[in-house]
Amino acid sequence: MARVFCTLVVWGMLFAQSTPVPAPPGAFALVGARIIPINGEEIEKGTLVVEGGRITAVGKADAVTVPAGAERVDVTGKVIMPGLVDTHNHIGGIGGADSSGPIQPDIRIYDSLNPLDGGFRRAVAGGLTTLNIMPGSGHLLSGQTVYVKLRGGRVIEDLFIRDAAGAPMGGMKMANGTNSIREPPFPGTRGKSAALVREQYVKAQEYRDKMKRNADDADKRPARDLAMEGLVEVLDRKRMVHHHTHRADDIMTVLRLSREFGFRVVLHHVTEAWKVADEIARAGVPCSVIVVDSPGGKLEAKEIRFSTCAVLEKAGVKVAIHTDDWINDSRLFLRCAAIAVRGGMTRAGALRALTQAGAEMLDLGDRIGSLEKGKEADFVILSGDPFSVYTKVLQTWVEGRKVFDRDLPDDRLHAVGGWGAGNDQVPYFCCFDGHAGDGQ
Amino acid sequence: MTLRIRVLPVCMAALIALICGSSATAQDLAIRGGKVYTMAGPPIEKGIVLVRGGKIAAVGPAASVAIPAGATVLDAAVVTPGLIDARSVVGLSGLLNQKQDQDQLESSSAIQPELRAVDAYNPLDPLVDWLRSFGITTIHTGHAPGELISGQTLIVKTTGKTVEEAMIVESAAVAATLAGPARRESSKSPGTRGKMMAMLRTELLKAQEYQRKRAAKPASAPAPDKEKDKEADKEKEPPERNLRNEVLLRVLNRELPLMIFAQRVQDIDSALRLQAEFKFELWLEGAAEGYAVKEKIKAAGIPIIVHPSMQRAVSEYENLSFENAAILRHAGIPVAFQSGFESYVPKTRVVLFEAGIAAANGLTFEETLAAITIDAAKLLKIDGRVGSLAEGKDADVALYDGDPFEYTTHCVGTVINGKVASSEAR
Repeated sequence: MARVFCTLVVWGMLFAQSTPVPAPPGAFALVGARIIPINGEEIEKGTLVVEGGRITAVGKADAVTVPAGAERVDVTGKVIMPGLVDTHNHIGGIGGADSSGPIQPDIRIYDSLNPLDGGFRRAVAGGLTTLNIMPGSGHLLSGQTVYVKLRGGRVIEDLFIRDAAGAPMGGMKMANGTNSIREPPFPGTRGKSAALVREQYVKAQEYRDKMKRNADDADKRPARDLAMEGLVEVLDRKRMVHHHTHRADDIMTVLRLSREFGFRVVLHHVTEAWKVADEIARAGVPCSVIVVDSPGGKLEAKEIRFSTCAVLEKAGVKVAIHTDDWINDSRLFLRCAAIAVRGGMTRAGALRALTQAGAEMLDLGDRIGSLEKGKEADFVILSGDPFSVYTKVLQTWVEGRKVFDRDLPDDRLHAVGGWGAGNDQVPYFCCFDGHAGDGQ
Repeated sequence: MTLRIRVLPVCMAALIALICGSSATAQDLAIRGGKVYTMAGPPIEKGIVLVRGGKIAAVGPAASVAIPAGATVLDAAVVTPGLIDARSVVGLSGLLNQKQDQDQLESSSAIQPELRAVDAYNPLDPLVDWLRSFGITTIHTGHAPGELISGQTLIVKTTGKTVEEAMIVESAAVAATLAGPARRESSKSPGTRGKMMAMLRTELLKAQEYQRKRAAKPASAPAPDKEKDKEADKEKEPPERNLRNEVLLRVLNRELPLMIFAQRVQDIDSALRLQAEFKFELWLEGAAEGYAVKEKIKAAGIPIIVHPSMQRAVSEYENLSFENAAILRHAGIPVAFQSGFESYVPKTRVVLFEAGIAAANGLTFEETLAAITIDAAKLLKIDGRVGSLAEGKDADVALYDGDPFEYTTHCVGTVINGKVASSEAR
């Protein structure tokens, strides 16, 4: 009996651990491609050197010395840019907060995520390397988000991005406007929505203060409250709020709450941001924008414009672009930014919106988002200009390892679609209209 | 003096319009294109499309087409025929997605072919403007997939305040759906694929029977003199008019195509089987797995209004491919594109964008352009009026500042019936 128990424990430990990660690959140099480093001018004929999963050199081909022993790969005619950073994505068959209440900060989305979901294969086929995977917008606060690297792998631990202390990184998903206005216990109006949020943050302030006051007195300390702990991380500016918001007045409400409680926030979707671009710029708050092919579908999206990114850029707002997959397919992420260019955004701004700007919104700006010495070697090799419909993502690399290669039949299947490409899961977004997977 | 000269032609134009009974007086328009894709011949470098009275008066190289004095001149890098969206729900499925603007699907019964799109189409919905601003001038729109037979479709221009002004074809097809979306919940029929096919067969047989009775017993008033013959006379009377049967009869008589939404192989197969049995004109719509049965579709001679390229790869569509349109087209199957059906965000897709993805995945540029112009027009049987830039056809023209399929190109103008209908670069 004892032996059976021990065996179970050992098995449990094995399953709890991540897939064994192979040793960092040896040095290699990609030579001859047009390199788009993001932080710096485009390099017509460049060299990118990678060693131990990091970028060790990037520059003009004739100015970079390929280290002895490094494998030299000719990529003449191709284009290399940083791996794409998607600040708002829902793949992985996730399910966050349930219908029991509008504010659920104790939910951790990674507890529901399936790394074997086909969506991940499509995401790397689209050149995505870093994702912020979020619960839905049917709640005022639907849970903790998770930042992941698409390293492949079978379990969530393989995908985590860890902070200096080793903890998995993520933000907090919030929403306002119509998606979270529902039957009780959900709010019925915008005023009530803000009041409920305010009430919980005030409670969290008091919880935090009580914890601090009684740090040395276990009897006086409140019992641990997972929901409050989540909110305290927001109040302490450790956890970024990723806030779904569309209408101009809803955007202003987010800014007001952020000022009141001092939390850091990224405004997501921002359909009507073009109406309040100067106000957003003055608040110094970044925007992650959704780009879709037509307006409407709900009242809040009736005035969506291709020019939103351009207007925000001009106003001096930091702009990222996201897929919101399943709204936009991750394979077409480059297209989203190209449509922003169609709407008047600068080419440089749109490239930054896919990479460095998003990285900064995930507190990863010093690790990823550009091709620079010392950064993690996340990059994509393209067949041509990033914003051409005819361009293909040829390869995607994460931390110096190839995670997608269009020449491999199975990878190509996920890039293009076809027989056997299906069977992945639709995310579970609790309770609001426009439910995923309704077949229409 | 100058004023008088200006006024006179206007008066005359109005007079001519009055005499001809036309609602519009389209003045001469010359559209100059760096490259003009007529779709009626090879593309013309530095071409001119000359428009008069709402129709195309001439098309050719700049050297051979003279621009009349006083004509309004439009310039663009690329000029194409106005684009055709071969299957949409725009105008019935409104922008707001609120109950009051959603008329694409009536769920009170599984089979309602008598519902006419003409009675539901809203030409003033903002999504019509949206599509037009990308060069789309004609849409085949109407009742959506989602019920076994959801109703009829119509073909309109993306202009006009009333459906009558916009109209090209009042009743274009009857929309049917196999599998997923047609399945009804909680013991309502149809609940299975087998039941769907049984119900479709039953309805078509009923229509045949209706026809037989109507034909056998023409309506004539029987003499009501003998009381005892009354019952017999009643039996001799033709059946009362039945709108549902009348529409299905038009399908059986090949006057109206039955357009069947089918994505999976088994559903495509069922549609072909039903067609082989009843010999109606079949348009397949969607056909996400069509690439897997292309030979069979080709052998049956059935055209496909292919699913949007960027359709989400879930449920019915899980095995769809960016290359489907190219594979089908190269198998010799007539192919057109659709904007499809969106229940959320975005509320409609744009057929120009959906075709563009196919242009990057196996279709050539001109095959792709044909699929949203002349091939779509032929499939919808409106190629006598639209689909190419040829003398005598409606002056529906799209203007672009580059390759229309490139993400960063703008549509810089849309002309419908010889009038500039959109001019904001988008």
